[in-house]
Formats: sequence, structure tokens, C-alpha cells
Amino acid sequence: MNASQPPPVATLAFDGAAFTHRGHTLLKPTTLRLSGCQRTLIMGPNGAGKSLLMRLAHGLLPPTSGAVGWQGTAPTQAMVFQRPVLLRRSALDNLTYVLAINKTLRPALNRTAGHSISRKAQAMQALDKFGLAHLAQRPARVLSGGEQQRLALARAWLLNPQVLFLDEPTSALDPAAIKAVEDAVLEFHRRGTRIVMSTHDLHQARRLADDVVFLHNGHLLEHTLAKQFFSAPASREASAFIRGELVW
Amino acid sequence: MNKTTALITAGALSLTWSGTLLADDGYITLASTTSTENSGLFGAIIPAFTEKTGIDVRVVAVGTGQAFEIGRRGDADSLLVHDTAGEEQFVADGYATERLNVMYNDFVIVGPSDDPAGISDSETVVDAMQQIAESESPFASRGDDSGTNRAELRLWEDAGITPQGEWYRELGSGMGPTLNTAAGMDAYTFTDRATWVAFENPQDLTLLFEGDEALFNQYGSLLLSAERHPHLKHDLAAQWHEWLVSKEGQQAIADFEVDGQQLFFPNAE
Amino acid sequence: MLTSDNAFSTALALILSMDSALISIVMLSLQVSLMAVVIASLLALPLGAALALWRFPGRNAVIIVLNALMGLPPVVAGLCVYLLLSRAGPLGSWGLLFTPTAMVIAQVILVLPIIAALTRQQIETLHGEYAEQLQSLGLTRPRMIPTLLWDARFGLLTVILAGFGRASAEVGAVMIVGGNIDGVTRVMTTSIVLETSKGNLPMALGLGIILLILVTMINAIAHMIGETAKKRLG
Repeated sequence: MNASQPPPVATLAFDGAAFTHRGHTLLKPTTLRLSGCQRTLIMGPNGAGKSLLMRLAHGLLPPTSGAVGWQGTAPTQAMVFQRPVLLRRSALDNLTYVLAINKTLRPALNRTAGHSISRKAQAMQALDKFGLAHLAQRPARVLSGGEQQRLALARAWLLNPQVLFLDEPTSALDPAAIKAVEDAVLEFHRRGTRIVMSTHDLHQARRLADDVVFLHNGHLLEHTLAKQFFSAPASREASAFIRGELVW
Repeated sequence: MNKTTALITAGALSLTWSGTLLADDGYITLASTTSTENSGLFGAIIPAFTEKTGIDVRVVAVGTGQAFEIGRRGDADSLLVHDTAGEEQFVADGYATERLNVMYNDFVIVGPSDDPAGISDSETVVDAMQQIAESESPFASRGDDSGTNRAELRLWEDAGITPQGEWYRELGSGMGPTLNTAAGMDAYTFTDRATWVAFENPQDLTLLFEGDEALFNQYGSLLLSAERHPHLKHDLAAQWHEWLVSKEGQQAIADFEVDGQQLFFPNAE
Repeated sequence: MLTSDNAFSTALALILSMDSALISIVMLSLQVSLMAVVIASLLALPLGAALALWRFPGRNAVIIVLNALMGLPPVVAGLCVYLLLSRAGPLGSWGLLFTPTAMVIAQVILVLPIIAALTRQQIETLHGEYAEQLQSLGLTRPRMIPTLLWDARFGLLTVILAGFGRASAEVGAVMIVGGNIDGVTRVMTTSIVLETSKGNLPMALGLGIILLILVTMINAIAHMIGETAKKRLG
């Protein structure tokens, strides 16, 4: 699949976008361009505004001032949350659900098969891909944390998004589950999906990032290539963060 | 529960439903009093009428006051009530075109068997009511503007008494509930004989006073005005109205007994 | 005289006799109340969900009124429907007064606020949890409603049962708009009132016991369906 050239993804533009809630400015006016099919990692200590930036980017929240938008046609998107929100149905039904609500969806699995296959079969293939086939009939909400997050990824996989947002998807998981999520992220990227992911895990960022956006106290302090960010961070806060010091 | 089950349930419900709704139109709605319904009179005489005419009679049993209101609003095809003065007013007001005597029974006074007011020896009902008032023995009144209630209030007036005070308890209930309450509080009460004889929870209550002509309880049938309520089933209602006063109808009323006791006495002219 | 003994033996004798009049009364009771609950649910579930999802001026007032209407006295509902359906009333020409249909209408009015108000509460909680995910999947608010109702189904089953309880237990409304006509609009609760007024307390209580058994059975069935499904789906 990685042989085919992925279609160009539109650029996400923050133009002086800020977010204020009950008098507190949680995100200061921010200007940012996210373009190309990269793996962008949003970094920063807790409370820096990472989740908020993700939500503004995905369009779950409108900025209270400034603008957030796509330059060109808005791409198809999906989001994986820190705590996966799964419906009160079986694992399989959680996947057939997204196919049912989005009838225009043409999943990759279907495309390669060259003929139309049933929703259930598509969903089963996705479950299988994420190692969940044996749990298909299990209620989604009794699965373990790692399994739930994989199910959320399988759901996103079926949506075949051009952009995938992941908001600290591994922060509550054990190392094996973290590995599975990171593998999935790379798999998405190989399929041609642009990745925007937040984390406060430095090692994870080193493993995954093409470029890094660093936030601190609602300020966007840096947006640089990963190599440069980890070797020569521009801001005092970022260098302290990379050294593993407590910053806030 | 899934959608299919829900649909099937809804379908089944609506099917049985249409069965209920498709009942024929050959019926009239009769607003009448609880005394006639509770004693079982209608259960005994309506089948004879239905057999003869093919018309079913659906009885809504309420107090006479409410029956008049139902009639005024055009919600019943016919009325059979027991408040002669009220009935005549109803005709005078143009709601009904004709009022006929159908039958009578009588009112009685029941009370606790030890009879604290000593009314069992009273000469007249007026005496009895005066004795109850003077001894301030508990008295349960319907207080619901029914025919019985109106008759009771007329008798207090005749006795020159304005009933009030701790002893006089207005319940605002039908005859049955009033009897239940009177039995519970050992009170006297004023009731029609039919309801009393058919009543099954007398406890310590017993019949203490009866037989005064003033206790005469006349029932009348009203033929409602076709002018005022043209939508009503006047043809069918007229058949019922005439049957009640016919030889056949009068005989059916006379034949109705509870525990071997005749409760209603036909007296159509 | 009434003793608990003869109430139970009367109830038992009634059940064993399979008296046709009793069966038709029981059937009518169930038909009227179930029909009212089905209709009320069809209206109140989407209404409650919509109330949970949309913010509009006067929303709080609507919620307060709905909550207050949960306590609407049945006799008042009955009176309103009576005035509406009476020949002298606005819908008098429909000729529905003193029919089972009138009883269903009155009970819908009693049940609808309960189902709508409690649905609003349940859906609001669930929406708090699901909102971002559903929004991320591109669902608009109207399209969220079926998903939320389905995923709240176990809670909503209890809500609907609460509505059914209200419908099957009330007497004030059906008495006024139905008229307690023998064989036409006489249901369990109005029969109980009638038998009480006749002083036939064992019969009244016997009918009450049968009503209680029926309602318990329906609740048990619903409970079992809910529990089985819950175990299966989590």
C-alpha cells in the first residue's frame, strides 16, 4: 500500500486562534501551519493546552477568537481520544456502526478487494488487523484498556481518514499496549494518513515524530522538525522539558 | 427488546384495538345515578331492552349533578336521574323536551345499631333529623350535589336546621364511599334503599328510620332536546325512554330483586 | 366483612374461574395502558432526547414544566381531556368521549411527561460521555438521537416501566373520560372503585391483587429482557 503515492493533504491553518473559557485564556493567540503527510507530535507538560489544540484542530470546538481552518478541501478526519469512547454494544457492532452511519464510506479494505463486501465482513477484517477478532462479540466496554484503545483505532481505520488526531492515546496503557498503538500509528501513516498526535512522553515523541509542536501554558513556543527540536530546542522551557526537568 | 419486537407488539395492539373500536353503532349512552347502577338494576333490565330493540345501553353512573352537566354538554343520549325539581328545571331550560316518571324507591336513614340519637322511634323523618342535630350525633352527608344529597338538604331545610358543626361531615363522595365512611366512623347517613340493600360492608350500620312519605325518591327519564344537541342518537334514546314507561319496561323494573327484596317500584302514568 | 383471607381467596377464585367479564376487563386495562405507553414513548423519547441535546431560550422553563407535570393529578388530566372531547368541547365532533380511545389519550398525557423528563436526564448524561466521539464521527445532533436512545436502552426501559406503572395504576383520568361503562370502558382500577363503593371490599381487594400480579409480571418480563441483554452486551 505504501507504494502508491498518497494524495496531498490540505494544510491546517491556525490564524491567531485563541480559546478563552470563563475568563481564562487557555490557548493564547496561535498561528500555526500543519501541512504535508507527516507525523506531527504535539508536546508539552500537562495543562499546556495540547488537548485543546487537538480539539480546535479537529473542529470539535471553535476558537473564541481568530480562525482555524483548512486551506483547500477539508480532508476526512478521525480522532482517537485519551479515554476511548465506545458504544454500549459488542466490539463488532461498534465497528459496523460507523459503517452504517457513514454510508458513503469506502474503506481501504473494500477498495483493494475490488468488490463490495458486507459491513460485517469489513468490520471483521478491521478487528483482525488490530488483533481483536477473537473479541468480536464481547461487549466493548468490558475490554481491557489496551483492547479498548485498539478498538478505537480499528474504528478510525475503517473511516480511512486523511488526517488522524490522537490525543495522548497511550497515557493510561502498559508498555505492550503502547507498542500496539504506536505500531498502529505507523500503519496509518504508511497508508497515507497524516498524523497529529499529542503526548507528554518524550521517548514516544522521539520514536514517532517528524515534526514537533511545543506548547507551554497555552503558548505555542516551537514548531520545528523533530531532529532540530530534540537536539537544539529554541526555548528555555523546551530544553528543560527535554532534559526531563519539571516545567510548568 | 429490539425494533422488531416493538413493531410486532404495536401491530398486535392496534389489531386488538380496532376490534374494540369497530363495535357497532347500535347503542346509546345513558347518564344515570350510582344508586341504579350499583344496585344492579341496569344489569337486570337492559338485556330485556336490548333483546327487543337491538340497542345496547352504555351506562355512565355518576351523581345526579354531574349527570345533568353531562346532559347539558351533550355527552349522553339520555338521562335517568332522581331529582324531580332539578329535572323540571332541566326541561324548563330547554335541555330536555320531556320528563317522565319511571319508578321510585325510598330513602332511609341508617346509623350505628345503638342509635345514640334515638331516631328509630321517631314519628317523622323531620323529627329524626332534628334528634340527630340536637344530640350532635355524627352524620355523614354525601355533599356531592347528587339527587340523594339534594333530598337530604331539603329535609334539613324542612326541619328548620342549618346542618353545620363538628358532627355534620360533608364527604363529597358517592353513595357507596359515603356508606363505607359512615360505617367506619359510626355515623348516621341518608341513603337510597337500593344502594343500602345491595351494600356489602355495613359493619355496625343498621337501618334505623324508614317509611315516611317525605322519603319518597322519584326517578325520572329525560328525553334530550334534538334542537340543542342534534348529533345525539335521539331515535334510539326515544325508544329507551318509551320502553322504560311501557308495560314491559315497568314489569322488568318490578321484577328486579336483591335478596328477595324489590328495590324499585314502577310508577309511570 | 373484609379480611385479608377472603380478599386473597376472592382473588384466587376470580383467577381460577377465568370469568369472561373479568378477562375482558383485564384485557382492556392492558390494552389501554400499553397503548398509552407505546404512544407516549414514541413521542417522549425523541422529545426528551432533543431536550437533552439542544440549548435554546426557555429550555429550563420547559424542563421545569415537564418535571412538574410528572406530578399532574390524573383527575386533572382526565378533566382536561373530558372538556376537550366533550360534545361542547373543541374536539367534540370526534365522538370519542366515553370510549377506550379517550382513556388512551388521557393516559398519554399522564405518561408523556414522565418518560420525556426522565429520558432527558438519561440522555443528557450519556451525551456528556458520547458528544465528542459522535461529533468526531461527523454526526449532527438530530442524527445522534437514535444512537443515544439505543445506547441508553437499559435505563430507558426502566423509564418506560415507570410510565406504565403510572398508567396502569391511575383511576382518576379513566374514570372521567371513560365513564366506567360495563363492558366498554370498565378497567381494573375503575372496577376496584366500583366494588369499593358497593361495599364489596373482598372483591375490590381481590381485583387489586390481580392488578398487582399483572403489573408485577410485566415488570418481571421487562426486567429479565433487560438483564439478559445487559449481560450479553455490557
